[in-house]
Amino acid sequence: MLRYVIRRLLTMIPILLGVTIIIFTMMYFTPGDPARMILGDEASEETVQELREELGLTGSFFERYWDYLSGILRGDLGTSYTTRLPVTEEIAARFPVTFRIACLVCLFSICVGIPAGIISAIRQYSILDYVVTIGAMLGICMPNFWLALLLILFFSVFLGILPPSGLYGWTSYIMPVLSISAATLATITRMTRSSMLEVIRADYIRTARAKGQSERLVIVRHALKNALIPIITVIGFQFANGLSGAVVNEQIFAIPGIGKMMVDAIRARNYPLVQGGTLVIALTYSILNLIIDLIYAFVDPRIKTQYARAKKTRKHAKPAEQLPQEVA
Amino acid sequence: MRSVEPGILEDSKKRSQFVDIWRRLCKNRLAVLGMIVLLILVFAAIFADVIAPYDYAQQDYTALHQTPSLKHIFGTDNTGRDIFSRIIYGARTSLVVGFVSLAVGCLTGCILGAIAGYCGGGIEIAIMGFCDILLAIPQTVLAIAIASTLGTGTVNAMIAVGISSIPNFCRIVRSSTMTVKDQEYVEAARAIGSSSFHIVRKHIFPNILAPIIVQATLNIGKAIIMCAALSFLGLGIQPPEAEWGNMLSSARQFVRDYPHEVIFPGLAIMLTVLACNLFGDGLRDALDPKLKR
Repeated sequence: MLRYVIRRLLTMIPILLGVTIIIFTMMYFTPGDPARMILGDEASEETVQELREELGLTGSFFERYWDYLSGILRGDLGTSYTTRLPVTEEIAARFPVTFRIACLVCLFSICVGIPAGIISAIRQYSILDYVVTIGAMLGICMPNFWLALLLILFFSVFLGILPPSGLYGWTSYIMPVLSISAATLATITRMTRSSMLEVIRADYIRTARAKGQSERLVIVRHALKNALIPIITVIGFQFANGLSGAVVNEQIFAIPGIGKMMVDAIRARNYPLVQGGTLVIALTYSILNLIIDLIYAFVDPRIKTQYARAKKTRKHAKPAEQLPQEVA
Repeated sequence: MRSVEPGILEDSKKRSQFVDIWRRLCKNRLAVLGMIVLLILVFAAIFADVIAPYDYAQQDYTALHQTPSLKHIFGTDNTGRDIFSRIIYGARTSLVVGFVSLAVGCLTGCILGAIAGYCGGGIEIAIMGFCDILLAIPQTVLAIAIASTLGTGTVNAMIAVGISSIPNFCRIVRSSTMTVKDQEYVEAARAIGSSSFHIVRKHIFPNILAPIIVQATLNIGKAIIMCAALSFLGLGIQPPEAEWGNMLSSARQFVRDYPHEVIFPGLAIMLTVLACNLFGDGLRDALDPKLKR
């Protein structure tokens, strides 16, 4: 198991390196001169050149990438052009908000989506099932930024019970989380429903029922446990949706998270912040995917044994693989 | 005994397969509903100039923020433009943007996926590595980052959304190609000396078309929502061009006083995506009855 974790961690390195190359290349080729933008049209060419050097905008592509990469390894993501603060500081102040929103979205979607999916599967073709299925279908089709506006309309304008924007305590999280959750909740519900439907007709469920186990135990212990693998996969993807949704919806609710920071930074051509934000989101997502992969092994003992078996067969297989080369 | 010409046999078999799929599709009422809504939308998009009562950019400063009435059935926006007309013209923009960005992603993804799946080796590692890197960034965030590099505009929004969907197609095409490439008919084609390009085009591609079509129909909705999101953030299609996302963006500040300006464009997006998804689900079931649950 430890070997698997280490191998999985090592595969993350080239991917994250690739992410830095892609992000840097995109920002490198973005048209416009940030130094000129900061100083305005009236500044002399010498002053602009000085600022370019100060911001590290001179030099070839490779030189600048190397500076960028070595900076990342030192924990230095550059300096924000507008505030002149280190990007790491800017991100550190905003990341918890975005991360909290993404986690709450996932938590809410899991807590509501899995039970809804189970009920819908157990009572297939009942009115409840139709309500859940139609609701899930609408949830997937609804753009989350539109839902956010509708929620503001309902909770802030008509009922006047929730703050429409800003971050004042836990009530400020309700609408962003609800609006981003629509699609994630719908996807998890649909996946749970179809996965449960597949499992619920299996022989071992009939056996469990036949030996007189209570329906609740049959569902939770036998059906859900076996239906969980595809659901976990979907939850991993939904975390990405939570992060993306936060990036878009933070703008609507004026929440000071990474998403709002990035969109504002794009408008101001503040590249280091865009680069840093994208990198941190990619890193968070990669780590989460790693955790999801590890959860598989805990939920499904087959995967763990499969891995152990693969390790054994590989050990035995090695000399056989080498054989043709030796013969040759 | 008279022998049947092989061409005719092949033709009738092909036709019956399409008829089968079509019949299965038509049995699914929701898919038919989705198809009808999509057809209406396409019709509205093509004949927008005829159907729309006003021009999408025609401003009327004597009729700002009008609530729905007989004259303006969906009301007017902050510069007095007719919202109904803008939604009809918006169908044109949104559908074109959705389909073109899908085509960009699908085509590039299919080519890369087929090369990776067919060639294997170092090329496969390189292509799939590239896909893994793109997949490490959530799709919307990637589209936002690409759009910020390319700048605003319709074409750039399409490219941004297209590129961000490449890995999805690439993965599906690669795995499908890998299952097909070891079949006997591919081996036979290789044995008679067909070129790799010919094999992929004539023997592999037709056999992996079903999963690609399914992925494509299910991705249109996503592409439309993502383009709308880019425009909503001000990174995609810019006003006065009528696009549902940028209509929502400019109506956003008036949500308190004039909610109708927000409700209708959003409904249009939702209806379109719903139609695409219903049709996509139906098509998936029709193409592969085994998948149907």
